[in-house]
Amino acid sequence: MEELVVIGNGMVGHRLIEALHDRDSAHHWHITVVGEEPRTAYDRVALSSYFDGASAQDLSLGDVSGPHVDVHVNERATAIDRAHRTVTTATGRVLPYDRLVLATGSTPFVPPIPGHDLPGCHVYRTIEDLDAITASAQGARTGVVIGGGLLGLEAANALRLLGLQAHVVELAPHLMPAQIDEGAGSLLRNLITDLGVHVHTGSASTAVQAADHGRVSHLTLGQDTHLEADLVVFSVGIRPRDDLARTAGLEVGERGGIVIDDTCTTSDAHIHAIGEAANHRGTVYGLIAPGNAMAEVVADQLVGGAATFTGADTSTKLKLLGVDVASFGDAHGRTPGALDVVVNDAASGRYAKLVLSDDATTLLGGILVGDATAYATLRPLVGSPLPADPLALITPEGAAGLGADALPDSAQICSCNAVTKGELTEAIDCGNHDVPALKACTKAGTSCGSCVPMLKKILAQAGIEQSKALCEHFPQSRAELVEIIRATGTTTFSALISAHGTGYGCDICKPAVASILASLGGGHILEGEQATLQDTNDRYLANMQRNGTYSVVPRIPGGEVTPDKLIVIGEVARDFNLYTKITGGQRIDLFGARLEQLPDIWKRLVDAGFESGHAYGKSLRTVKSCVGTTWCRYGVQDSVGLAIRLEERYRGLRSPHKLKSAVSGCARECAEARGKDFGIIATDQGWNLYVGGNGGFTPRHAELLAGDLDEETLIRYIDRFLMFYVRTADRLQRTAPWIESLDGGLDHLREVIVHDSLGIATELEAAMEDHVAAYTDEWAAVLADPDKLARFVSFANAPTTPDPTISFTTTRDQPVPEAPLNLGMPTPRPQEATR
Amino acid sequence: MSTTTQTRPTTWTDACSIDRLHPEDGVAILLPDGTQVALFLTRDEHLYAVDNIDPYTGAAVISRGIVGDRSGEPTIASPMLKNVFSLRTGHSLDEDGVHLDTWPVRRDGATVQIATRAEENTP
Ligand code: SRM
Ligand SMILES: Cc1cc2nc3c(=O)[nH]c(=O)nc-3n(C[C@H](O)[C@H](O)[C@H](O)COP(=O)(O)OP(=O)(O)OC[C@H]3O[C@@H](n4cnc5c(N)ncnc54)[C@H](O)[C@@H]3O)c2cc1C
Ligand code: SF4
Ligand code: FES
Repeated sequence: MEELVVIGNGMVGHRLIEALHDRDSAHHWHITVVGEEPRTAYDRVALSSYFDGASAQDLSLGDVSGPHVDVHVNERATAIDRAHRTVTTATGRVLPYDRLVLATGSTPFVPPIPGHDLPGCHVYRTIEDLDAITASAQGARTGVVIGGGLLGLEAANALRLLGLQAHVVELAPHLMPAQIDEGAGSLLRNLITDLGVHVHTGSASTAVQAADHGRVSHLTLGQDTHLEADLVVFSVGIRPRDDLARTAGLEVGERGGIVIDDTCTTSDAHIHAIGEAANHRGTVYGLIAPGNAMAEVVADQLVGGAATFTGADTSTKLKLLGVDVASFGDAHGRTPGALDVVVNDAASGRYAKLVLSDDATTLLGGILVGDATAYATLRPLVGSPLPADPLALITPEGAAGLGADALPDSAQICSCNAVTKGELTEAIDCGNHDVPALKACTKAGTSCGSCVPMLKKILAQAGIEQSKALCEHFPQSRAELVEIIRATGTTTFSALISAHGTGYGCDICKPAVASILASLGGGHILEGEQATLQDTNDRYLANMQRNGTYSVVPRIPGGEVTPDKLIVIGEVARDFNLYTKITGGQRIDLFGARLEQLPDIWKRLVDAGFESGHAYGKSLRTVKSCVGTTWCRYGVQDSVGLAIRLEERYRGLRSPHKLKSAVSGCARECAEARGKDFGIIATDQGWNLYVGGNGGFTPRHAELLAGDLDEETLIRYIDRFLMFYVRTADRLQRTAPWIESLDGGLDHLREVIVHDSLGIATELEAAMEDHVAAYTDEWAAVLADPDKLARFVSFANAPTTPDPTISFTTTRDQPVPEAPLNLGMPTPRPQEATR
Repeated sequence: MSTTTQTRPTTWTDACSIDRLHPEDGVAILLPDGTQVALFLTRDEHLYAVDNIDPYTGAAVISRGIVGDRSGEPTIASPMLKNVFSLRTGHSLDEDGVHLDTWPVRRDGATVQIATRAEENTP
């Protein structure tokens, strides 16, 4: 066994160990890893999601230690002794090696301007940096990022998420000068400014100034312009960490970086360097894909292979602040004779450029801003003949619509992990028939995720399609049924099943169709035949409990309730002997009502001004609120007022699954809005709208759809979001998995909701207006209709005789169901999962 | 109009008037001996009577379930945990050995009647 020492446990160091693990099954190598950070490798590319709810644990790339791998974290390598082949660490450990790999990455460059090291100045590279930024943002108002490149814009978004007014200062005349051209840069600037980030291009930061308390207070631009800044983040570039190598006498590049050849070997044959620390043919790559490629090469070399690294693709796709930016291949058109085809549509916020060979036949590269859907198709085409007219490729639907068959087998589909179309097709042939299986088998799609839409297309091209049938009675998916019902104006289940389905239906399709009919304005859910379609709880407008009794939940919008109304609830509970509990949804649940008691209970509640809380429906449940400006000393907006307005607007809306919402009055987020399907958090300027949050089986934080909205725009966006969900989601699919299932995910959703890319916004809003106008309280309607009331009896032949099987005992002074009779019952089978 | 096959002579008890029964919308009937029956009229006008007690939970709720079919077999899904039973035989379609008792049921003029001794072990 030989000793391999790896210095640096970042992304590329981690990839090396994984790659070697896959190849060195004979355990020729014993590996020792030394990493300076206090934790094992994590996904630095996804670092910003730390501000979006991901934990350090979520980011972790997993534990690689084992019998053949020792990992020492929180330990810096301090010297390399090439003569004796040992590495010394800060704890005094001396590690002998046969081969050494330097995977030390890089550090952010901090320009030595006056004040650069004041408290409140930060960089953006590690989890610790992010923790420091978060701490420093407490009590701060403005944050300035110096550097308008890819990372700088990510940092600006992070500052925004922390509730700061964000500024970006860039020396070059436009943003992201390394990746995009001037036209794209100016459009990007507009889009980002619209989102509330202030952009200062062509501005040199010359000094950071402190106030009396010693912390940063502002920034000097040029000679005498001042910009308020309570927090500064430097993001002007990276410097390879080549100091160890330098001291050990290895060759380093003119502008830094440990010089390596095509086998990733340094000037010492026993030492390799990979990732951002390495300088290959004069280039230091600041991206993960080339680093991973180098790791694979070294792993191969270590087991006697002959793999080489000959340079890498520097394509990037950035999705930030809701703006897509992609740059690939020869984006700047540096190839002699290269031709440009440009579409610059400022009105719709799109810029697209293709760079073509001098005879206009071969794609060399391109830039996309505003809408980068075409990236997944275009990037693999670089170097190939164009499959269509270049202009057609960059019109909104052009390239997105291109099938996977336009690509040659050699086309690299996943650039992060160097997976070609050929390799994917092979994996599909081996039985990997969905995206998760393809990811696990080929690693494609596991890094930046931008190739996932293409993976889906390749699966589709291979003829693999999951059955969308709702159940044995309908071959269509729920979304297709919505379209059929809308187009044909069908109003009953029986008409639908006889025209478009088979048989009599079942407990899957009946409630699903009932919900669609109700969403599309089908009248009262207990009207005529509709009553027989409803799921357990909708059938009696109450939630069935384990002993066949029901619970009663009156609506308490925003959780605000008067003492008089509270007293009524108390009296009703007392008079009907109901178990009473405050729910997790800021309202009160009364349990243990028998079927025939429901109308009497609801009569009392409706007379006191209550209405149905739809606790039973796949529909809006509650909009929770915090006290906001009404009482709270931190509140910046009236969260209670907005919560009530939203609850009253969307109450009664039937949807594929239940809908929950919350409004918080400031970033402290006491209403837990980010755990909701749509959550709203107040900002100084208005409201941030988050979507896709979920508790339940798979908790997930909602993500920002749009920021700093005024109340009317906010409501328009929510109208569109909810109606789009109602029309396109699967049965029992909550918003979180629905968004995940959309081609293009949250970005696509934002295009539809905010930029109206499908041109349906007006129609969605109108549909919501119809819903709002048609709303009536379901329980009041039952009380007013003898036919519907007739359903609420215990027995058809003894309407008021209580069900003799129901009995209660007392626990903590309240009635609870008597333990069920032992009927020698079979064990209940597991219930259908929600998603 | 049709009735299920009657296997042996029994007493017929009035359950309810036919107007009370809407297609696929079950009702519960309390028999004189305290037994609860779930009574259904299907869309093709068959009458079925099965146990109202859900064998999985002991709750008397079967009449509030959803009527449908599985490959043509008429079914009732318990509202409690969505277990599906044949309306014809009472047998669970998901799990061997679990079943609801069934009763002969017929229409006598405007009245629906149930034979008040449960059929044991229907086929
Ligand atoms: C009463 C309550 C518990 C409590 O005592 O606090 C409750 C009770 C029930 N929940 Fe819940 N959930 C209650 C808050 C929640 C919350 C917390 C919240 O809303 O802030 C969650 C997690 C948040 C979320 O939904 O994302 C929650 C996640 C669930 C889930 C899992 C959903 C998922 O997407 O995975 C189910 C199962 C389902 O819907 O399929 C569920 C289902 C149920 C049902 C309806 C099960 C059923 O069909 O019998 C329970 C019956 C309620 C009843 O009889 O009235 N309940 N449930 C809460 C009622 C809130 C209200 O006022 O309406
Ligand atoms: C916020 C952010 C977003 C990014 N987004 C993208 C993106 O979208 N696409 C993309 O391609 N790239 C992106 N990158 C760049 C990408 O993260 C890097 O290219 C990648 O992490 C490089 O991996 P590495 O292993 O070379 O360096 P690192 O991940 O930095 O790992 C080096 C490790 O070595 C340790 N180390 C250094 N010296 C020593 C020593 N002497 N002893 C012990 N340990 C030492 C360091 O502490 C560090 O943990 C992003 C980077 C950041 C910061
Ligand atoms: S979220 Fe903010 S405004 Fe609302 S109660 Fe909490 S601290 Fe106060
Ligand atoms: S291209 Fe980044 S994961 Fe595939």
